[in-house]
Amino acid sequence: MLDVSSLNAGYGSFQALFDININVNAGEAVAVIGPNGAGKTTLMRAISGLIPVNDGKIHMEGTDVIRTPSHDIVKLGIAHVPEHRRLFPRMSVEDNLRMGAFSPQFRANFQNRLNFVYSLFPKMQERRNQYAGTMSGGEQQMCAIGRALMSDPKILLMDEPSAGLAPVIVQQVFELIKKIKNEGLTVLIVEQNVKQVLKVVDRAYIIEAGSLKMEGTSAELLNSKEVQKAYLGM
Amino acid sequence: MAEFTESLFSIFFIETLMNGLLLGGILALLSIGLNLIFGVIDVVWICYAEIIMVGMYLIFYLNNDLGFHIIPSMIAGILFSGLVGWLTHKIVISRLIDAAPINQLIATGGLLFFFQGAAMIVFGIEFRNMGMSLGSLALSEDIYLSWTRLLSFAISGVIVVGLYFFLSKSYLGAAIRAISQDKEIMSLMGVDTKKLYLLTSAIGGALAGLAACLLVLQYDVHPFIGLSFGPITFIICVMGGLGNMVGGFVAAFIFSELITIGGYFAEIEWGYVLAFVFFIVMMFIRPEGLFARKS
Repeated sequence: MLDVSSLNAGYGSFQALFDININVNAGEAVAVIGPNGAGKTTLMRAISGLIPVNDGKIHMEGTDVIRTPSHDIVKLGIAHVPEHRRLFPRMSVEDNLRMGAFSPQFRANFQNRLNFVYSLFPKMQERRNQYAGTMSGGEQQMCAIGRALMSDPKILLMDEPSAGLAPVIVQQVFELIKKIKNEGLTVLIVEQNVKQVLKVVDRAYIIEAGSLKMEGTSAELLNSKEVQKAYLGM
Repeated sequence: MAEFTESLFSIFFIETLMNGLLLGGILALLSIGLNLIFGVIDVVWICYAEIIMVGMYLIFYLNNDLGFHIIPSMIAGILFSGLVGWLTHKIVISRLIDAAPINQLIATGGLLFFFQGAAMIVFGIEFRNMGMSLGSLALSEDIYLSWTRLLSFAISGVIVVGLYFFLSKSYLGAAIRAISQDKEIMSLMGVDTKKLYLLTSAIGGALAGLAACLLVLQYDVHPFIGLSFGPITFIICVMGGLGNMVGGFVAAFIFSELITIGGYFAEIEWGYVLAFVFFIVMMFIRPEGLFARKS
C-alpha cells in the first residue's frame, strides 16, 4: 500500500534520512523503531508532506505523493496522528473530531465516522463537549487517534503515541492500537517503546542515525540478540 | 459634592451613557476585523484603519462624484475593501508569514503610509463630507440619539452575533478557530492554510469596508482619518487580549463609556485622555489583556 524507496530528507541543509526503504502492505501493522533523533519523526513528516523530500520516492497505492502538498495527502487515505498529539486545546473534543473530517469529501460521512469513533472510544462521547486541552494525556491520545480516523483513512501514521504518558496510560495506548489493528486498518507506527510496540505490530524496521539498520517480523526482532541488547535491555 | 451627585442623575448623563454605548458599537465593529486577522494569521495589520479610509474614499467617490446611490456605493466599498484585504495578504503578508513579527509590523506600517500617500495623490488633502444626515431620534424632550449611531450599533450587533455563529457552528469557522491554535496540524486535516489565510484577510478587509460605510456618514473623509481611530482600535484589541473577540468586544464598550463620560464632565479630549490612562494602567496590571486566558 505505502512504498517508500531510496528516501533522502531533512531540514534545510541538515539531512536526517539516508536512503530509506520501507513498505507497508494492506492490513499490516508496521513499526519504525530507533533511538531519539534517529529520524523517525522526519520519516513521518516526509510521508505527510510536512517537509520537502530531497530525493527518493513515496508511493501510496501506486500514486507518487512526493510533490503532493500536505493538505492533499489526507485525501489519498493517509491520516497522521502527530507527535505530542497536537490537538486543538481550546476546542471541544467533538470540534477536534470535526476538523479530522474537514475536507468536503469527508463531510458527508461525518456522522457515520463520528459514531464509529465514539463506538471505538466511548470515553470520547462522554467528553465530547469538553475542551480537548483539559483532558488527561491518555484521553488526548484517544482524541488524536479519533481525529485521524474521521477521514476514514486507508493507512494510519502514528508518531510516538506513547511519548510523555505515564506507564499505566502507555499500556492503555497500546491496547488502543491493538483495537485499531483489529478493525483491519493498516498502521505505520513510530515508537521508542520497543518492547511494547513489537507485541502489537507484525513487522518492524530499525533506523539509527537516519539509516535503516535492520528489518524483520516482530518475532524475529524480539529474538534477535542485537535488538535484545540495544533496545530491550537484556 | 451635591452638584456632582446631581449631575450623575441628570438626564444628560443618561444620554451620555447611551451615546457611549452607541460609540462602543462602532469601536467593537472596528476591532473585530483586526482581531480576526490577528487571531487567525498572527499578524497585526498596523494599516487596518487605512483600509477603512480607502473604503470611505471609494464610497464617497462613487456616491458624490459619480452619482451612484448610497447603497450600491457602500456595497462596492465593502467588496473593494475585502479585495484590498486579500491583496494585502497575497502581496505582502504571505511573503513574511514566517518572518519575525517586527518585520511584519514594519511592512504593514509601510502600507499605512502607502495608503495615506496614495489617497493624497488621488484625492488631495481636502476634508470631504458626504453632506448626509440621517437626523436624530428624540427619546424625550432632552435625549437625542443620532440615527447614524443607532444604525452603526445595530449593524455591529448583527455582525458580532453573525460572526459568533459563523465561528462556532460552521466548518469553516471551526477551521478558523483551529488554525489559530495549531497552524501546521491544519494541513494534516486537509486544510489549505494559504487559502484559509487569504479568505480571513478578505473577510477582515470587508469588515473594514463595513466600518467605512458607517463612518463615512459621520466623519469627514481625508487621507489621515485612519490615524484618528487606528490607534484606539489597536488599543481596544490589546486590552481585550489580542485575538480574543469577546475581550475586544467588551473592551470597546469600556473605552467608549470612558470617552463619553470624560467628555461629559470635561471635554471630549479629556475623555480620550481618561481612556488612554486607563489603558496604560491596565497594561501594568494585566499586560496580557483584560480577558487573557490563563495558560
